[in-house]
Amino acid sequence: MQEHDLSFVRAQMVAEQAPPLRERGLVRWLRKNLFANITDTIFTLIGLFIIFSIVPPVLNWAFFNAQWFGTDRTFCATVVQGGMQPEGWSGACWAFVRAKFLQFMVGRYPVDERWRVYLTGLIFVALLVPMLMPRVPRKGLNAILLFLVFPIVGFFLLSGGYFGLREVPTPLWGGLTVTLVLAYVGIAVSLPFGIVLALGRRSQMPVVKLICIIFIETMRGVPLITILFMASVMLPLFLPPGTTFDKLLRALIGVALFASAYMAEVIRGGLQAIPKGQYEGADALGLSYWQKTNLIVLPQAIKLVIPGIVNTFIGLFKDTSLVYIIGMFDLLGAVRLNFADANWASAQTPITGLVFAGFIFWLFCFGMSRYSIFMERRLDTGHKR
Amino acid sequence: MATQDSVAEGREAPRVPLLYDPKLRSIAYQVIVFVGLFAFVYWIVGNTVANLQRANIASGFGFLQSRAGFDIGQSMIEYTSDSTYGRALLVGLLNTLLVAVLGIATATVIGFIVGVGRLSKNWLINRICLVYVEVFRNIPPLLVIFFWYFGVLSVLPGPRDSIELPFNTYLNGRGFYFPKFLWGEGSGLIVIAFLLALVFAFFVRRWAYKRQEATGQQFPVFLTSLGLIVGLPLLAFVLTGMPLEFSYPELSTFNLRGGMQVKPEFLSLYLALSFYTAAFIAEIVRAGVLGVSHGQTEASFALGLRPRQALRLVIVPQALRIIIPPLTSQYLNLTKNSSLAIAIGYPDLVATGGTALNQTGQAIEIVAIWLVVYLGLSLMTSAFMNWFNARMALVER
Repeated sequence: MQEHDLSFVRAQMVAEQAPPLRERGLVRWLRKNLFANITDTIFTLIGLFIIFSIVPPVLNWAFFNAQWFGTDRTFCATVVQGGMQPEGWSGACWAFVRAKFLQFMVGRYPVDERWRVYLTGLIFVALLVPMLMPRVPRKGLNAILLFLVFPIVGFFLLSGGYFGLREVPTPLWGGLTVTLVLAYVGIAVSLPFGIVLALGRRSQMPVVKLICIIFIETMRGVPLITILFMASVMLPLFLPPGTTFDKLLRALIGVALFASAYMAEVIRGGLQAIPKGQYEGADALGLSYWQKTNLIVLPQAIKLVIPGIVNTFIGLFKDTSLVYIIGMFDLLGAVRLNFADANWASAQTPITGLVFAGFIFWLFCFGMSRYSIFMERRLDTGHKR
Repeated sequence: MATQDSVAEGREAPRVPLLYDPKLRSIAYQVIVFVGLFAFVYWIVGNTVANLQRANIASGFGFLQSRAGFDIGQSMIEYTSDSTYGRALLVGLLNTLLVAVLGIATATVIGFIVGVGRLSKNWLINRICLVYVEVFRNIPPLLVIFFWYFGVLSVLPGPRDSIELPFNTYLNGRGFYFPKFLWGEGSGLIVIAFLLALVFAFFVRRWAYKRQEATGQQFPVFLTSLGLIVGLPLLAFVLTGMPLEFSYPELSTFNLRGGMQVKPEFLSLYLALSFYTAAFIAEIVRAGVLGVSHGQTEASFALGLRPRQALRLVIVPQALRIIIPPLTSQYLNLTKNSSLAIAIGYPDLVATGGTALNQTGQAIEIVAIWLVVYLGLSLMTSAFMNWFNARMALVER
């Protein structure tokens, strides 16, 4: 050690320097996230290839080549097909969506009465938005209005027949209105019914338990279509001869029962996740079964399974599209129905309509899933270990 | 319970009024529920019988023996409109199984690729996979089916202007055409060779495991098995004089002749179900891999395993344990979603059953068949997956 002659010792600190170019800013980010090593680079190139082979054609189709205005099919068909577009043209026919927009929203609802649909929608939004914002006070009143008063008001507004409103039979309803009615009723029924079923499945009483298990497993074991078929062809058989039954109501029953079974399994997961001590603690406090369930168990259980509940809602929302198969025209059905309109039939019409419907569905479902993530974070009281 | 007994021994248990006795109450509730349900069912059955009598419909499964009288577009077994309803339903069941099995296989492959992509450190790949998942998860499967059927496949050109794809395959408005395999004499030998290779591979694996237990030396089991399973049938194929010919689809004046045709109904259903379910499988795979704690990876590196070994021996077995149960329910969902076939006219069980229902009015019987078949499929799939799950759990120990 001593043999070394340290002929130079620096007396003052070297001035601070910026990191080398490749270790900062955009270059560093690119190196780290896209070109870390050879495999990574290859994957990045594959990714770029995918993007360049999908994005430009899609943008071209949806925006740059799209036909935004027009009054009939000639605007969206090529010359050979009897239209005015050049040969080989391929673009979205948004003119079709613009022309049919109201049909997609309210179906064949009589034109003079459409204000009733808009009013119902307005009330719904006015009640739903404050319900979803945690800061707005008076949640209890809001919930009563949304889940008890609104269905009644909505029913009278939409179907009419009272208070001087003209009656509009449900076969005339359609479009997004039907989708939302089905989803709203499905959600409003399936949550409480699902809770009851889940409690029943965990009940000590063998008869109740067995009934709940049979119901849940049968519903979950078969496709929704068979349930809808059952609701549409077998419900009339089950009722006393001569009873007529509204088609929409049959679909509603089918969808609600189906969703309840799935909801029950989600809630059961939450109930099982509650430590046994909570049940025993409630028993020790001398709470009755319903006090225990409502005050101790369910609040904790439901908080745990919010993602699952919202997933079930999303599934329900998507499943409402199946009512098209039993002859009702929800959003997807209304779009599908309008393909056949001779005034608009062209090669681009179906795909444009479907992309539009898909976008609407996507907005609702994506919104729900984002809201559930937000709610989950808010309700997370940090008990997780 | 025990405390109550000891109390009872010491002094007399406090007398509970009958109204508040929990046991009695529970029995009373159950009796009420049971009687209520029984009365409800009785009422329904009575109504149904009355309704059926009024409509003059004979109940029972006798109608399965009578002539169906409708055609089915795609059938794996022989079927004409002179066949019975029973056979029509069987055709539908087979079609359901076909699309379900193929869809499950494809969805699993796409789902695993996308799910692993979501875990990738590569930002671009990660985002592409995220977009895929978020798009397909939030759209109804029926819409995806319509998209393929009405949006893509039905606007393809007619047979005369078929789009030519590599390997002598064609795509047009009537479906996808590809060369048909025509196996000649001696092709049975290839199958035997394949089975033999499977057996060999099994024994090689066992022997390699024992050898590693005894000596600690490893043996390249995977490569050997792959060589056996590919090599032996190939050898048999060459030795028997290559008994394979192709029937290529050829363009004639109005249609494509020869080869195999996949109808657009099947194609759209299959593609839609695969792409839709793959998005869910991707999320399951991602959650499963993330669910294995990072300590496991670090511990296996500390034991001197290479990254590949750590993945194969430590992470994947544990991740599979998390993945399998939700994966099972996705498989079941795909099978059940295959009933959407009816919307585009692919003759699955629900579609053929629906036609039979409209013709005969035997609603109860047909719905009962649907229930039994789908419940049976669900139970069988979950039984198989439970068995697989149990095996995985053992391997993990």
